[in-house]
Amino acid sequence: MNAKSLYQEVILDHNRKPRNYGSLNSANHHATGHNPLCGDHLDVTLNLEDDHIDNIAFQGESCAICKASASMMTTVVKGKSRGDVEILIHEFRDMATGKLDLDNPHHLGRLTVFSGIQELPTRVKCAILPWHTLQAALNSVTSASTEAENDPIHLSAGNG
Amino acid sequence: MKIVDATLEQDVTFTNEMEKFRADFPILNLKVNGKPLVYLDSAASSQMAQSVIDRLAYYQTAQHANVHRGVHYLSETATSEYEDARQKLQRFVNAREDREIIFTSGTTDAINLVMHGYGRKFIKAGDEIILTTLEHHSNIVPWQMLAQETGAKIRVVPINDAGELLIDEYESLFNQRTKFVGLIHVSNALGTINPVKKMIALARMHGVPVLVDGAQAAPHIRIDVQDLDCDFYVFSAHKLYGPTGVGMLYGKAKLLESMQPFKGGGEMIATVTFEKTTYNTIPHKFEAGTPPIAAAIGFGAAIDYLLTVGIDKIHAYEMELLHYATELINELPGVHVIGTAANKTSVLSFVVDGIHPHDIGTLLNQEGIAVRTGHHCTQPLMQRLKIPATSRASFAFYNTRSEVEAFIAGIHSVQKIFSR
Repeated sequence: MNAKSLYQEVILDHNRKPRNYGSLNSANHHATGHNPLCGDHLDVTLNLEDDHIDNIAFQGESCAICKASASMMTTVVKGKSRGDVEILIHEFRDMATGKLDLDNPHHLGRLTVFSGIQELPTRVKCAILPWHTLQAALNSVTSASTEAENDPIHLSAGNG
Repeated sequence: MKIVDATLEQDVTFTNEMEKFRADFPILNLKVNGKPLVYLDSAASSQMAQSVIDRLAYYQTAQHANVHRGVHYLSETATSEYEDARQKLQRFVNAREDREIIFTSGTTDAINLVMHGYGRKFIKAGDEIILTTLEHHSNIVPWQMLAQETGAKIRVVPINDAGELLIDEYESLFNQRTKFVGLIHVSNALGTINPVKKMIALARMHGVPVLVDGAQAAPHIRIDVQDLDCDFYVFSAHKLYGPTGVGMLYGKAKLLESMQPFKGGGEMIATVTFEKTTYNTIPHKFEAGTPPIAAAIGFGAAIDYLLTVGIDKIHAYEMELLHYATELINELPGVHVIGTAANKTSVLSFVVDGIHPHDIGTLLNQEGIAVRTGHHCTQPLMQRLKIPATSRASFAFYNTRSEVEAFIAGIHSVQKIFSR
Protein backbone atom coordinates (compact mmCIF):
# COMPACT_ATOMS: atom_id res chain seq x y z
CA MET A 1 0.00 0.00 0.00
CA ASN A 2 1.34 3.37 -0.97
CA ALA A 3 0.81 5.87 1.82
CA LYS A 4 0.30 8.52 -0.81
CA SER A 5 -2.83 6.74 -1.99
CA LEU A 6 -4.29 7.16 1.48
CA TYR A 7 -3.75 10.89 1.28
CA GLN A 8 -6.25 11.17 -1.51
CA GLU A 9 -8.48 14.07 -2.37
CA VAL A 10 -11.41 13.21 -0.10
CA ILE A 11 -9.21 12.90 3.00
CA LEU A 12 -7.20 16.03 2.22
CA ASP A 13 -10.44 17.91 1.59
CA HIS A 14 -11.96 16.93 4.95
CA ASN A 15 -8.65 17.85 6.61
CA ARG A 16 -8.65 21.27 4.98
CA LYS A 17 -12.36 21.97 5.48
CA PRO A 18 -13.56 19.79 8.35
CA ARG A 19 -17.36 19.42 8.49
CA ASN A 20 -19.29 19.89 11.73
CA TYR A 21 -16.24 21.47 13.30
CA GLY A 22 -16.79 23.11 16.67
CA SER A 23 -18.71 22.40 19.84
CA LEU A 24 -22.45 22.09 20.52
CA ASN A 25 -23.54 24.27 23.44
CA SER A 26 -26.66 22.20 24.03
CA ALA A 27 -24.99 18.79 23.79
CA ASN A 28 -26.33 16.08 26.08
CA HIS A 29 -23.39 13.75 25.38
CA HIS A 30 -19.72 14.60 25.11
CA ALA A 31 -16.29 13.01 25.39
CA THR A 32 -12.65 13.91 24.85
CA GLY A 33 -10.46 11.46 23.01
CA HIS A 34 -6.75 11.38 23.53
CA ASN A 35 -3.92 9.67 21.70
CA PRO A 36 -1.02 9.84 24.14
CA LEU A 37 1.31 8.48 21.48
CA CYS A 38 1.29 11.78 19.62
CA GLY A 39 -0.52 14.15 22.00
CA ASP A 40 -3.48 14.48 19.66
CA HIS A 41 -6.86 15.08 21.21
CA LEU A 42 -10.39 15.78 20.05
CA ASP A 43 -13.72 16.63 21.64
CA VAL A 44 -16.98 15.16 20.40
CA THR A 45 -20.26 16.76 21.43
CA LEU A 46 -23.62 15.41 20.36
CA ASN A 47 -27.34 15.55 20.98
CA LEU A 48 -29.10 12.25 21.35
CA GLU A 49 -32.87 12.66 20.87
CA ASP A 50 -35.20 9.63 20.86
CA ASP A 51 -32.13 7.44 20.54
CA HIS A 52 -31.05 9.23 17.36
CA ILE A 53 -28.03 11.49 16.87
CA ASP A 54 -29.80 14.75 16.23
CA ASN A 55 -26.65 16.82 15.92
CA ILE A 56 -22.93 16.26 16.37
CA ALA A 57 -19.72 18.31 16.27
CA PHE A 58 -16.03 17.77 16.89
CA GLN A 59 -12.96 19.88 17.45
CA GLY A 60 -9.39 19.30 18.43
CA GLU A 61 -5.80 19.11 17.38
CA SER A 62 -4.78 16.19 15.24
CA CYS A 63 -3.17 14.87 12.08
CA ALA A 64 -4.93 14.83 8.72
CA ILE A 65 -5.96 11.19 9.04
CA CYS A 66 -7.62 11.78 12.42
CA LYS A 67 -9.28 15.03 11.44
CA ALA A 68 -10.65 13.65 8.15
CA SER A 69 -11.88 10.53 9.94
CA ALA A 70 -13.67 12.71 12.52
CA SER A 71 -15.14 15.00 9.89
CA MET A 72 -16.47 12.16 7.75
CA MET A 73 -17.72 10.35 10.86
CA THR A 74 -19.88 13.32 11.86
CA THR A 75 -21.44 13.59 8.40
CA VAL A 76 -22.21 9.88 8.32
CA VAL A 77 -23.65 9.39 11.82
CA LYS A 78 -25.82 12.50 11.92
CA GLY A 79 -29.47 11.42 11.92
CA LYS A 80 -28.70 7.76 12.55
CA SER A 81 -30.00 5.68 15.43
CA ARG A 82 -27.72 4.70 18.25
CA GLY A 83 -27.91 1.07 17.18
CA ASP A 84 -26.90 1.84 13.59
CA VAL A 85 -24.04 4.05 14.81
CA GLU A 86 -22.75 1.29 17.03
CA ILE A 87 -22.65 -1.05 14.05
CA LEU A 88 -20.67 1.57 12.12
CA ILE A 89 -18.20 2.05 14.99
CA HIS A 90 -17.66 -1.68 15.06
CA GLU A 91 -17.25 -1.99 11.32
CA PHE A 92 -14.91 0.99 11.08
CA ARG A 93 -12.68 -0.41 13.79
CA ASP A 94 -12.62 -3.82 12.14
CA MET A 95 -11.78 -2.26 8.78
CA ALA A 96 -8.94 -0.20 10.21
CA THR A 97 -7.44 -3.22 11.94
CA GLY A 98 -7.83 -5.43 8.87
CA LYS A 99 -10.49 -7.69 10.40
CA LEU A 100 -13.30 -6.74 8.03
CA ASP A 101 -13.69 -8.34 4.63
CA LEU A 102 -14.92 -5.46 2.50
CA ASP A 103 -16.28 -7.93 -0.06
CA ASN A 104 -18.97 -8.92 2.45
CA PRO A 105 -21.95 -6.64 3.07
CA HIS A 106 -21.18 -3.68 5.33
CA HIS A 107 -22.47 -0.18 6.02
CA LEU A 108 -19.29 1.86 5.66
CA GLY A 109 -19.97 3.42 2.26
CA ARG A 110 -17.47 6.19 1.49
CA LEU A 111 -15.70 5.57 4.80
CA THR A 112 -13.84 2.80 2.96
CA VAL A 113 -11.37 5.49 1.81
CA PHE A 114 -9.72 4.66 5.15
CA SER A 115 -9.32 0.94 4.39
CA GLY A 116 -5.65 1.44 3.44
CA ILE A 117 -4.85 2.50 7.02
CA GLN A 118 -4.54 -1.19 8.01
CA GLU A 119 -1.25 -1.21 6.09
CA LEU A 120 0.12 1.58 8.29
CA PRO A 121 0.01 0.11 11.81
CA THR A 122 1.44 3.26 13.40
CA ARG A 123 -1.45 5.30 12.00
CA VAL A 124 -4.40 3.00 12.76
CA LYS A 125 -4.99 4.79 16.05
CA CYS A 126 -5.22 8.15 14.29
CA ALA A 127 -8.15 6.95 12.19
CA ILE A 128 -9.91 5.19 15.06
CA LEU A 129 -9.63 7.91 17.72
CA PRO A 130 -12.78 9.84 16.63
CA TRP A 131 -14.82 6.64 16.63
CA HIS A 132 -13.58 5.69 20.09
CA THR A 133 -14.48 9.12 21.30
CA LEU A 134 -17.96 8.86 19.78
CA GLN A 135 -18.43 5.50 21.49
CA ALA A 136 -17.36 7.02 24.81
CA ALA A 137 -19.74 9.96 24.35
CA LEU A 138 -22.67 7.62 23.59
CA ASN A 139 -21.84 5.59 26.69
CA SER A 140 -21.57 8.80 28.75
CA VAL A 141 -17.91 8.14 29.45
CA THR A 142 -16.20 11.52 29.27
CA SER A 143 -12.79 10.45 28.08
CA ALA A 144 -11.33 7.91 25.71
CA SER A 145 -7.81 6.89 24.96
CA THR A 146 -6.20 4.87 22.24
CA GLU A 147 -4.01 3.11 24.78
CA ALA A 148 -4.27 0.35 27.37
CA GLU A 149 -7.50 -1.61 27.27
CA ASN A 150 -8.78 0.60 24.46
CA ASP A 151 -5.80 -0.13 22.30
CA PRO A 152 -7.45 -1.06 19.02
CA ILE A 153 -4.79 -3.43 17.86
CA HIS A 154 -3.19 -4.44 21.12
CA LEU A 155 -0.07 -2.79 19.85
CA SER A 156 1.98 -1.89 22.88
CA ALA A 157 3.25 1.27 21.28
CA GLY A 158 5.89 3.03 23.33
CA ASN A 159 4.89 6.41 24.52
CA GLY A 160 8.25 7.95 25.34
CA MET B 1 13.51 26.12 -4.87
CA LYS B 2 17.24 26.34 -4.66
CA ILE B 3 18.55 22.91 -3.72
CA VAL B 4 22.28 23.43 -3.52
CA ASP B 5 23.53 26.50 -1.78
CA ALA B 6 26.77 27.84 -3.12
CA THR B 7 27.28 30.25 -0.24
CA LEU B 8 28.15 27.39 2.08
CA GLU B 9 31.81 26.67 2.00
CA GLN B 10 32.47 23.01 1.75
CA ASP B 11 35.75 21.26 2.33
CA VAL B 12 35.46 18.59 -0.34
CA THR B 13 38.39 16.50 0.89
CA PHE B 14 36.97 16.39 4.39
CA THR B 15 33.50 15.48 3.10
CA ASN B 16 34.88 12.68 0.93
CA GLU B 17 36.93 11.37 3.80
CA MET B 18 33.83 11.21 6.03
CA GLU B 19 31.58 9.73 3.36
CA LYS B 20 33.81 6.67 3.07
CA PHE B 21 32.81 5.63 6.61
CA ARG B 22 29.28 5.19 5.35
CA ALA B 23 30.35 1.95 3.65
CA ASP B 24 30.96 0.47 7.13
CA PHE B 25 27.20 0.42 7.80
CA PRO B 26 25.50 -2.38 5.84
CA ILE B 27 21.95 -1.37 6.81
CA LEU B 28 22.36 1.92 4.94
CA ASN B 29 22.20 -0.02 1.65
CA LEU B 30 18.56 -0.95 2.30
CA LYS B 31 15.76 0.18 0.08
CA VAL B 32 12.54 1.26 1.77
CA ASN B 33 9.40 1.49 -0.34
CA GLY B 34 11.61 1.06 -3.38
CA LYS B 35 13.77 4.08 -2.49
CA PRO B 36 17.25 4.17 -0.98
CA LEU B 37 16.95 4.43 2.80
CA VAL B 38 17.71 7.92 4.10
CA TYR B 39 18.15 7.27 7.80
CA LEU B 40 17.71 10.52 9.75
CA ASP B 41 16.70 9.04 13.10
CA SER B 42 20.06 8.34 14.70
CA ALA B 43 19.11 10.42 17.75
CA ALA B 44 16.51 7.74 18.52
CA SER B 45 18.80 4.85 17.69
CA SER B 46 21.91 4.87 15.56
CA GLN B 47 23.03 2.09 13.19
CA MET B 48 25.83 -0.37 13.77
CA ALA B 49 29.09 -0.70 11.85
CA GLN B 50 30.03 -4.10 10.43
CA SER B 51 32.97 -4.35 12.84
CA VAL B 52 30.57 -4.06 15.81
CA ILE B 53 28.17 -6.62 14.31
CA ASP B 54 31.16 -8.93 13.74
CA ARG B 55 32.29 -8.45 17.33
CA LEU B 56 28.89 -9.53 18.64
CA ALA B 57 28.92 -12.56 16.35
CA TYR B 58 32.45 -13.51 17.38
CA TYR B 59 31.60 -13.28 21.08
CA GLN B 60 28.58 -15.48 20.55
CA THR B 61 30.53 -17.89 18.33
CA ALA B 62 33.67 -18.35 20.40
CA GLN B 63 33.62 -16.56 23.76
CA HIS B 64 30.24 -16.84 25.44
CA ALA B 65 29.67 -18.02 29.00
CA ASN B 66 28.46 -16.36 32.19
CA VAL B 67 30.78 -13.81 33.77
CA HIS B 68 32.34 -13.80 37.24
CA ARG B 69 31.00 -17.31 37.91
CA GLY B 70 32.97 -20.17 36.47
CA VAL B 71 36.60 -21.16 36.63
CA HIS B 72 36.48 -22.63 33.16
CA TYR B 73 38.01 -21.20 29.99
CA LEU B 74 34.89 -19.64 28.46
CA SER B 75 33.78 -17.99 31.70
CA GLU B 76 37.23 -16.51 32.15
CA THR B 77 37.25 -15.30 28.54
CA ALA B 78 33.78 -13.74 28.78
CA THR B 79 34.70 -12.10 32.10
CA SER B 80 37.88 -10.66 30.73
CA GLU B 81 36.17 -9.31 27.57
CA TYR B 82 33.32 -7.86 29.66
CA GLU B 83 35.73 -6.12 32.04
CA ASP B 84 37.77 -4.97 29.07
CA ALA B 85 34.64 -3.22 27.73
CA ARG B 86 34.29 -1.50 31.12
CA GLN B 87 37.83 -0.18 30.78
CA LYS B 88 37.10 1.08 27.27
CA LEU B 89 34.20 3.06 28.72
CA GLN B 90 36.39 4.31 31.55
CA ARG B 91 38.91 5.68 29.05
CA PHE B 92 36.16 7.00 26.78
CA VAL B 93 34.69 9.23 29.50
CA ASN B 94 38.05 9.68 31.28
CA ALA B 95 36.91 8.27 34.63
CA ARG B 96 39.59 7.85 37.30
CA GLU B 97 38.89 4.18 37.90
CA ASP B 98 37.07 1.41 36.05
CA ARG B 99 34.99 0.56 39.14
CA GLU B 100 33.26 3.92 38.61
CA ILE B 101 31.61 2.51 35.47
CA ILE B 102 28.42 0.49 36.04
CA PHE B 103 26.79 -1.39 33.20
CA THR B 104 23.04 -0.77 33.10
CA SER B 105 20.37 -1.69 30.58
CA GLY B 106 20.45 1.86 29.24
CA THR B 107 20.18 5.54 30.14
CA THR B 108 16.76 5.17 31.75
CA ASP B 109 17.93 2.27 33.88
CA ALA B 110 21.01 4.26 34.95
CA ILE B 111 18.89 7.22 36.07
CA ASN B 112 16.56 4.90 37.95
CA LEU B 113 19.57 3.34 39.62
CA VAL B 114 20.67 6.77 40.89
CA MET B 115 17.13 7.65 41.97
CA HIS B 116 16.82 4.43 44.00
CA GLY B 117 20.42 4.18 45.15
CA TYR B 118 21.12 7.81 45.94
CA GLY B 119 17.74 9.57 45.96
CA ARG B 120 15.82 7.20 48.21
CA LYS B 121 18.67 7.17 50.70
CA PHE B 122 19.58 10.85 50.85
CA ILE B 123 16.59 12.92 49.65
CA LYS B 124 13.91 13.67 52.23
CA ALA B 125 10.62 15.55 52.59
CA GLY B 126 10.99 19.24 51.78
CA ASP B 127 14.22 18.73 49.85
CA GLU B 128 14.39 20.13 46.35
CA ILE B 129 15.52 18.56 43.07
CA ILE B 130 16.43 20.84 40.17
CA LEU B 131 15.59 19.62 36.64
CA THR B 132 15.40 21.53 33.36
CA THR B 133 12.62 22.17 30.84
CA LEU B 134 14.70 20.29 28.26
CA GLU B 135 14.74 16.97 30.15
CA HIS B 136 13.64 13.75 28.49
CA HIS B 137 10.86 11.94 30.39
CA SER B 138 13.52 9.51 31.60
CA ASN B 139 15.10 12.24 33.71
CA ILE B 140 11.74 13.58 34.94
CA VAL B 141 9.56 10.62 35.83
CA PRO B 142 11.98 8.82 38.22
CA TRP B 143 12.46 12.04 40.20
CA GLN B 144 8.72 12.64 40.25
CA MET B 145 8.25 9.14 41.65
CA LEU B 146 10.83 9.96 44.30
CA ALA B 147 9.15 13.29 45.07
CA GLN B 148 5.80 11.56 45.51
CA GLU B 149 7.32 8.97 47.79
CA THR B 150 9.38 11.31 49.95
CA GLY B 151 7.60 14.65 49.78
CA ALA B 152 10.54 16.28 48.00
CA LYS B 153 9.87 19.03 45.50
CA ILE B 154 10.91 19.47 41.85
CA ARG B 155 12.10 22.88 40.61
CA VAL B 156 12.49 23.49 36.88
CA VAL B 157 15.05 25.60 35.00
CA PRO B 158 13.22 27.58 32.28
CA ILE B 159 14.38 28.13 28.68
CA ASN B 160 14.23 30.98 26.17
CA ASP B 161 12.40 30.67 22.84
CA ALA B 162 15.54 29.44 21.10
CA GLY B 163 15.59 26.46 23.46
CA GLU B 164 18.50 27.58 25.66
CA LEU B 165 18.49 27.23 29.43
CA LEU B 166 18.30 30.47 31.43
CA ILE B 167 21.38 30.14 33.58
CA ASP B 168 20.56 33.10 35.85
CA GLU B 169 17.24 31.46 36.66
CA TYR B 170 19.05 28.20 37.33
CA GLU B 171 21.35 29.91 39.76
CA SER B 172 18.44 31.51 41.59
CA LEU B 173 16.76 28.12 42.16
CA PHE B 174 19.45 27.03 44.64
CA ASN B 175 18.76 27.27 48.34
CA GLN B 176 19.43 25.29 51.54
CA ARG B 177 16.89 22.66 50.55
CA THR B 178 18.44 21.90 47.12
CA LYS B 179 19.72 18.32 47.28
CA PHE B 180 20.09 17.18 43.68
CA VAL B 181 20.41 18.43 40.10
CA GLY B 182 19.40 16.41 37.01
CA LEU B 183 20.65 17.93 33.81
CA ILE B 184 20.42 16.88 30.17
CA HIS B 185 23.72 17.50 28.37
CA VAL B 186 22.21 17.75 24.89
CA SER B 187 18.47 18.11 24.25
CA ASN B 188 17.12 15.15 22.27
CA ALA B 189 14.21 17.20 20.92
CA LEU B 190 16.07 20.39 19.94
CA GLY B 191 19.78 19.57 19.91
CA THR B 192 20.71 22.34 22.36
CA ILE B 193 24.12 21.72 23.98
CA ASN B 194 23.78 22.92 27.56
CA PRO B 195 26.67 24.64 29.39
CA VAL B 196 26.90 21.71 31.80
CA LYS B 197 30.40 22.43 33.03
CA LYS B 198 29.41 25.87 34.24
CA MET B 199 26.14 24.52 35.67
CA ILE B 200 27.95 21.76 37.55
CA ALA B 201 30.38 24.31 38.98
CA LEU B 202 27.41 26.35 40.26
CA ALA B 203 25.90 23.27 41.89
CA ARG B 204 29.29 22.43 43.38
CA MET B 205 29.35 25.83 45.13
CA HIS B 206 26.16 24.77 46.89
CA GLY B 207 27.48 21.25 47.58
CA VAL B 208 24.76 19.66 45.44
CA PRO B 209 25.43 16.49 43.38
CA VAL B 210 24.67 16.58 39.66
CA LEU B 211 23.55 13.81 37.30
CA VAL B 212 24.16 14.53 33.63
CA ASP B 213 22.05 12.70 31.05
CA GLY B 214 24.54 12.33 28.21
CA ALA B 215 22.47 10.06 25.92
CA GLN B 216 22.52 12.66 23.13
CA ALA B 217 25.96 14.07 23.91
CA ALA B 218 28.27 11.05 24.02
CA PRO B 219 27.81 10.15 20.31
CA HIS B 220 28.72 13.69 19.21
CA ILE B 221 31.05 15.49 21.59
CA ARG B 222 34.05 14.58 23.69
CA ILE B 223 33.09 13.61 27.26
CA ASP B 224 35.50 14.08 30.15
CA VAL B 225 33.79 13.41 33.47
CA GLN B 226 36.78 14.64 35.47
CA ASP B 227 36.89 17.90 33.58
CA LEU B 228 33.10 18.32 33.93
CA ASP B 229 33.35 17.31 37.60
CA CYS B 230 29.87 15.75 37.42
CA ASP B 231 28.83 13.23 40.06
CA PHE B 232 26.94 10.96 37.68
CA TYR B 233 27.03 10.68 33.88
CA VAL B 234 24.75 8.32 31.95
CA PHE B 235 24.25 7.20 28.35
CA SER B 236 23.18 4.25 26.19
CA ALA B 237 25.10 2.15 23.66
CA HIS B 238 22.40 2.10 21.01
CA LYS B 239 22.64 5.83 20.33
CA LEU B 240 26.42 5.45 20.10
CA TYR B 241 26.54 2.97 17.21
CA GLY B 242 26.32 0.04 19.62
CA PRO B 243 23.66 -2.54 20.51
CA THR B 244 20.44 -2.04 22.45
CA GLY B 245 20.02 -3.35 25.99
CA VAL B 246 23.10 -1.80 27.52
CA GLY B 247 24.11 1.58 28.84
CA MET B 248 26.41 2.97 31.47
CA LEU B 249 26.39 4.89 34.67
CA TYR B 250 29.52 6.74 35.65
CA GLY B 251 29.52 7.73 39.31
CA LYS B 252 32.22 9.08 41.58
CA ALA B 253 33.48 6.10 43.58
CA LYS B 254 32.76 7.69 46.96
CA LEU B 255 29.18 8.44 46.02
CA LEU B 256 28.60 4.99 44.55
CA GLU B 257 29.97 3.43 47.72
CA SER B 258 27.65 5.51 49.90
CA MET B 259 24.58 4.45 47.93
CA GLN B 260 22.19 1.59 48.57
CA PRO B 261 21.87 -1.15 45.92
CA PHE B 262 19.12 -0.76 43.32
CA LYS B 263 18.42 -4.39 42.44
CA GLY B 264 19.09 -7.38 44.64
CA GLY B 265 20.28 -10.74 43.42
CA GLY B 266 23.35 -12.66 42.38
CA GLU B 267 26.67 -10.97 41.65
CA MET B 268 25.87 -7.93 43.82
CA ILE B 269 26.47 -9.82 47.08
CA ALA B 270 29.49 -10.71 49.20
CA THR B 271 27.76 -13.15 51.56
CA VAL B 272 24.14 -14.21 51.92
CA THR B 273 22.38 -15.93 54.81
CA PHE B 274 18.63 -15.84 55.47
CA GLU B 275 19.36 -13.39 58.28
CA LYS B 276 21.60 -10.93 56.46
CA THR B 277 23.30 -10.11 53.19
CA THR B 278 26.50 -8.12 52.79
CA TYR B 279 26.94 -6.40 49.48
CA ASN B 280 29.72 -6.71 46.97
CA THR B 281 32.01 -3.78 46.23
CA ILE B 282 31.41 -1.38 43.34
CA PRO B 283 30.81 -1.78 40.45
CA HIS B 284 29.38 -5.27 41.16
CA LYS B 285 27.10 -3.99 43.94
CA PHE B 286 24.99 -2.40 41.18
CA GLU B 287 25.12 -5.23 38.66
CA ALA B 288 22.71 -7.80 40.08
CA GLY B 289 22.04 -10.83 37.95
CA THR B 290 23.67 -11.83 34.68
CA PRO B 291 24.50 -8.61 32.86
CA PRO B 292 24.00 -8.03 29.11
CA ILE B 293 27.46 -9.49 28.42
CA ALA B 294 27.31 -9.58 24.61
CA ALA B 295 25.84 -6.09 24.43
CA ALA B 296 28.47 -4.70 26.83
CA ILE B 297 31.25 -6.17 24.68
CA GLY B 298 29.51 -4.71 21.61
CA PHE B 299 29.40 -1.36 23.45
CA GLY B 300 33.18 -1.54 23.79
CA ALA B 301 33.55 -2.39 20.08
CA ALA B 302 31.33 0.56 19.16
CA ILE B 303 33.60 2.86 21.15
CA ASP B 304 36.64 1.41 19.39
CA TYR B 305 34.96 2.13 16.07
CA LEU B 306 33.96 5.66 17.10
CA LEU B 307 37.51 6.44 18.14
CA THR B 308 38.91 5.26 14.80
CA VAL B 309 36.63 7.77 13.07
CA GLY B 310 37.42 10.44 15.65
CA ILE B 311 34.84 12.25 17.76
CA ASP B 312 36.04 15.75 16.81
CA LYS B 313 35.86 14.89 13.10
CA ILE B 314 32.39 13.43 13.64
CA HIS B 315 31.25 16.62 15.32
CA ALA B 316 32.73 18.88 12.63
CA TYR B 317 31.17 16.88 9.79
CA GLU B 318 27.78 16.64 11.51
CA MET B 319 27.82 20.41 12.01
CA GLU B 320 28.43 20.81 8.30
CA LEU B 321 25.37 18.62 7.57
CA LEU B 322 23.28 20.52 10.13
CA HIS B 323 24.19 23.93 8.72
CA TYR B 324 23.51 22.76 5.18
CA ALA B 325 20.12 21.31 6.16
CA THR B 326 19.22 24.38 8.22
CA GLU B 327 20.07 26.71 5.36
CA LEU B 328 17.98 24.68 2.89
CA ILE B 329 15.00 24.19 5.21
CA ASN B 330 14.87 27.91 5.97
CA GLU B 331 14.25 28.51 2.26
CA LEU B 332 11.03 26.46 2.36
CA PRO B 333 8.04 28.75 3.00
CA GLY B 334 5.83 27.61 5.88
CA VAL B 335 8.55 25.50 7.52
CA HIS B 336 9.81 26.58 10.94
CA VAL B 337 12.85 25.24 12.73
CA ILE B 338 12.17 24.55 16.42
CA GLY B 339 15.29 24.96 18.54
CA THR B 340 17.71 27.58 17.32
CA ALA B 341 20.27 27.52 20.11
CA ALA B 342 23.69 28.96 19.25
CA ASN B 343 25.32 25.75 20.41
CA LYS B 344 23.65 22.65 18.94
CA THR B 345 24.29 19.09 17.84
CA SER B 346 23.01 17.80 14.50
CA VAL B 347 19.32 17.72 15.42
CA LEU B 348 16.84 19.56 13.21
CA SER B 349 13.36 19.75 14.72
CA PHE B 350 10.73 21.51 12.66
CA VAL B 351 7.03 22.14 12.11
CA VAL B 352 5.25 22.82 8.84
CA ASP B 353 2.24 25.15 8.64
CA GLY B 354 -0.99 23.21 8.23
CA ILE B 355 0.61 19.76 8.23
CA HIS B 356 0.77 17.53 11.29
CA PRO B 357 4.16 15.91 12.02
CA HIS B 358 2.69 12.41 11.78
CA ASP B 359 1.46 13.06 8.26
CA ILE B 360 4.94 14.35 7.38
CA GLY B 361 6.56 11.24 8.87
CA THR B 362 4.25 8.85 7.01
CA LEU B 363 4.75 10.60 3.67
CA LEU B 364 8.53 10.94 4.07
CA ASN B 365 8.67 7.23 4.85
CA GLN B 366 7.06 6.66 1.47
CA GLU B 367 10.21 8.23 0.00
CA GLY B 368 12.44 6.00 2.13
CA ILE B 369 13.23 8.85 4.52
CA ALA B 370 13.17 7.99 8.25
CA VAL B 371 12.51 10.88 10.64
CA ARG B 372 11.07 10.89 14.14
CA THR B 373 7.75 12.59 14.72
CA GLY B 374 5.94 13.28 17.96
CA HIS B 375 6.73 14.82 21.32
CA HIS B 376 10.12 13.05 21.57
CA CYS B 377 9.38 12.03 25.17
CA THR B 378 9.58 15.69 26.14
CA GLN B 379 5.98 16.67 26.78
CA PRO B 380 6.82 19.47 29.25
CA LEU B 381 9.13 21.00 26.63
CA MET B 382 6.43 20.76 23.96
CA GLN B 383 3.99 22.50 26.36
CA ARG B 384 6.54 25.28 26.93
CA LEU B 385 6.96 25.71 23.16
CA LYS B 386 3.15 25.57 22.75
CA ILE B 387 3.30 22.89 20.07
CA PRO B 388 1.93 19.33 20.29
CA ALA B 389 4.78 17.72 18.40
CA THR B 390 7.57 18.24 15.88
CA SER B 391 9.25 16.30 13.12
CA ARG B 392 12.90 15.69 13.82
CA ALA B 393 15.73 14.86 11.46
CA SER B 394 18.94 13.88 13.24
CA PHE B 395 22.16 13.61 11.27
CA ALA B 396 24.98 11.20 11.95
CA PHE B 397 28.43 11.08 10.41
CA TYR B 398 27.25 8.38 8.00
CA ASN B 399 24.72 10.72 6.41
CA THR B 400 25.57 12.68 3.28
CA ARG B 401 24.84 16.04 1.72
CA SER B 402 22.78 14.32 -0.97
CA GLU B 403 20.64 12.76 1.78
CA VAL B 404 20.09 16.23 3.20
CA GLU B 405 18.90 17.28 -0.26
CA ALA B 406 16.58 14.25 -0.52
CA PHE B 407 15.13 15.16 2.87
CA ILE B 408 14.48 18.77 1.87
CA ALA B 409 12.93 17.64 -1.43
CA GLY B 410 10.78 15.21 0.58
CA ILE B 411 9.34 17.98 2.76
CA HIS B 412 8.68 20.04 -0.33
CA SER B 413 6.74 17.17 -1.91
CA VAL B 414 4.68 16.69 1.28
CA GLN B 415 3.76 20.37 1.08
CA LYS B 416 2.72 19.89 -2.55
CA ILE B 417 0.45 16.95 -1.63
CA PHE B 418 -1.24 19.03 1.06
CA SER B 419 -1.69 22.04 -1.21
CA ARG B 420 -3.55 20.02 -3.87
